[in-house]
Amino acid sequence: MSTATASRPEGAAPARSYPSYAAPLWRRALLTREFAIIALLGIVYLYSLGNVPNFDGPLTLYYLFLDIAPILLIALPMAMIMITAEIDLSVASVVGLSSVLVGVLHQDAGLSIPLAALAAMAVGAVCGAANGFLVSYVGLPSLAVTIGTMALYRGVAVGLLGTKAVTDFPERWTDLAKERIFGPGTSYPTILIPFVVLLVLAVWLLHFSNFGRGIYEIGHNAEAAHFTGVDVELTKFWLFVISGAVSAFAGVYYTLRYGSARGDNATGLELQVIAAVVLGGVSVFGGRGALHGVVAGVVLIGIISSAMRLEGQTVNLINIVIGVLLVLSVLSTSLLALASGLLRARTRGKRPSSRRAVAAANPNER
Amino acid sequence: MQDRAASAVVLELRDVAKSFGSVVALRSGSLTVERGSIHAVVGENGAGKSTLVKIVAGVHRRDEGVFRFLGEDVDFATTAASKAAGIAVIYQEPTLFPDLSVAENIFMGRQPRGRGRRIDYGRMYDESDRLFARLGVHIDPRRPARGLSIADQQVIEIAKAISLDATLLIMDEPTAALSGVEVERLFAIARSLRDEGRGLVFISHRFDEVFALCDHITVMRDGSYVSTDRTTDTDVDAIVSRMVGREVAELFPKTPAEVGDVVLEVDGLTSAGVFHDVSFEVRAGEIVGLAGLVGAGRSEIARAVFGVDRYDDGAVRLLGRKVPAHNPRAAIRAGMAFVPEDRRRQGLVIEESVARNVGSVIRRGLARAGVLTSAAENRAAGPWAGRLEVKTSALDMRASTMSGGNQQKVVIAKWLATEPRLLIIDEPTRGIDIGTKAEVHRLLSELAGQGMAILMISSELPEVLGMADRVLVVCEGRITAELDRAAATPERVMRAATRTSAHATAAAADEQKSEVTA
Repeated sequence: MSTATASRPEGAAPARSYPSYAAPLWRRALLTREFAIIALLGIVYLYSLGNVPNFDGPLTLYYLFLDIAPILLIALPMAMIMITAEIDLSVASVVGLSSVLVGVLHQDAGLSIPLAALAAMAVGAVCGAANGFLVSYVGLPSLAVTIGTMALYRGVAVGLLGTKAVTDFPERWTDLAKERIFGPGTSYPTILIPFVVLLVLAVWLLHFSNFGRGIYEIGHNAEAAHFTGVDVELTKFWLFVISGAVSAFAGVYYTLRYGSARGDNATGLELQVIAAVVLGGVSVFGGRGALHGVVAGVVLIGIISSAMRLEGQTVNLINIVIGVLLVLSVLSTSLLALASGLLRARTRGKRPSSRRAVAAANPNER
Repeated sequence: MQDRAASAVVLELRDVAKSFGSVVALRSGSLTVERGSIHAVVGENGAGKSTLVKIVAGVHRRDEGVFRFLGEDVDFATTAASKAAGIAVIYQEPTLFPDLSVAENIFMGRQPRGRGRRIDYGRMYDESDRLFARLGVHIDPRRPARGLSIADQQVIEIAKAISLDATLLIMDEPTAALSGVEVERLFAIARSLRDEGRGLVFISHRFDEVFALCDHITVMRDGSYVSTDRTTDTDVDAIVSRMVGREVAELFPKTPAEVGDVVLEVDGLTSAGVFHDVSFEVRAGEIVGLAGLVGAGRSEIARAVFGVDRYDDGAVRLLGRKVPAHNPRAAIRAGMAFVPEDRRRQGLVIEESVARNVGSVIRRGLARAGVLTSAAENRAAGPWAGRLEVKTSALDMRASTMSGGNQQKVVIAKWLATEPRLLIIDEPTRGIDIGTKAEVHRLLSELAGQGMAILMISSELPEVLGMADRVLVVCEGRITAELDRAAATPERVMRAATRTSAHATAAAADEQKSEVTA
């Protein structure tokens, strides 16, 4: 070691070397929450193919994808926001607002559909930026901020159009929203193309970029992230902007798919998105989750409801099943954490009381 | 009961020991407090004063030793038990319920009841007024505790202690946040309590206060009892030398390095209420130690220099170029590295793997065509973990599974990987075992030898004196002394660190300062 700025650490001390991983690849890949969801998805899919009448037809998957496309799209930014331990409840309201904007701009301002869609997405990004600014730079809790803007954006959407609906859209565009990629009779609608593009971008951003490493660090420990040079505020801000823009895009799709722009479009969608993201293995406390699990979570919920509908079950029963599944999945993580926590506590023994213990023990108690 | 009241000795501790795992916090603590006296306990950071207090307060239970209160052997399992026996502890920062009234805070949990078990507010306010009158202060018992000064909050804690008829009152650095007038008032109260026949224990770093107020002084060092004297029989110098009392061990092998150009220049750095007009420089190859008491503002200065915290005024320059304020990223780019004080909360992301932690600062440069892979991180992190001999079975082990010493190595590896010009290291060896400690010291010395500038903050005086080429002493947010390696004796550093505060006479302060820098 001759200078302090040697590019590799070749010290006088013998350098140790380490294996990269403690467990073989199959164990790291299979023994995860994400893989459990994927496996469950496979089981449910195969079961439905064999036992549910008409499930194996091409229409089933086609309508499944059409239905879950908005959830799939919004789940990507939602997962990233939730990994930073924040939340965005305003997404469905942005869908509604974007839907209304497309309708109004097309009908009243005479804009073409692509221009109206771009304008709606710009407004969506601004809505997200407002959320992000309040959360990151004003320091308000995202739960409170986005509950507020959920009502606000929905209010603006309904206010713009009242109880009316705009249904006069060119067929070229409404057909495009429902078109199939591989020609008539196949199962994959065109909305999957932008979704796959966004998915690739999201995977890169979250799992293969410096920005994504920062997202996880913020979720685990924002203070340490700050000390390491991660711009905590800016990271969160951009995630909310992305969330707003993607939600607005989902709103454009929603409008064209149903051929109807209404202020109350996609009401309650935010809870479906959050449910799917949580089912996919993202921790609401931040720091944990991966996109393959999230996508599997969305598709799993979609397949269960689609199969049960084909069986002739009511929406209420479908909701009960999905609700139970969600509670079980969350419970499984908590139980695992509890078990490993107990194990750790036993091996570590009694820990020295910290200052907090004094503060808690000292004053004012009876 | 008659027996207890008659006992002249309120508190007797003999050879009390307490360990947390492998860390010995208190080796052999002894303290005897008599009725009607104020007893000072002094010692360096980590001498075991706080542990002793916590044992008396019932926060911790002793491992061994004699603990007598009013002549009876006792063993408090909870703070409630010690409180019920008649012990009141007042901490540096009182913790009141801010939204409740002053009277409600005093009578929390034992409010006087009127008819129908309703709280008798009238009586509560009357009794509070009577307590305050006895203490000679004017606080409205009806006002909420929020917005009261720390001094008034302490008075409320004292009022609570008196209303409980505490026989022993322990004050842990009560004057740290007080102004001169408030200190005088507190002292007046303390003296009147003493004259009522209660026993008081006063923990402080300020010798002028200790000598002004107390009857006896007990010195502690390294978790052990050293001596007890009557205040009238001793002086500051004798106490300081007993507090320090040991040779700088051979544990700290700082090899002389060639001191080069100025790397870090800090000029007039000020943050209102935290530190004031701090100026110093660190040169290449030099280890500069920031010494001082806990809470003097050392860590805050380091955090501001690195840009984690804001500052109001002043400038930081690295290699002659100004470093933007409040921007850790810019500081890293300029060539700074910062190993913070709290490893688990600030130093690393405990839930992440070794590789992710070691690579967390350098990963920006590891992406190929914008794609950052775990493989690239592992390749980059492995050699640095190896250089520091981090003990782990694989790079994907979570940092939370490792010992404190290994975690510290991970933090240091993470920053060395950035190849910094300046390393700021806050409490480099806090809470780590002796072997790793020596390794860290050797490493710091080696890094300085290679021309790195190092700013080291430590509460362990031997560490500062053994490692640093130059020692800056911080006291209450100001640099009160700058001592060369040869001039830095434990006594001088302690003097500067406990320098008489603002309320003392200016003459005394000047005299001490000139003595230190002479």
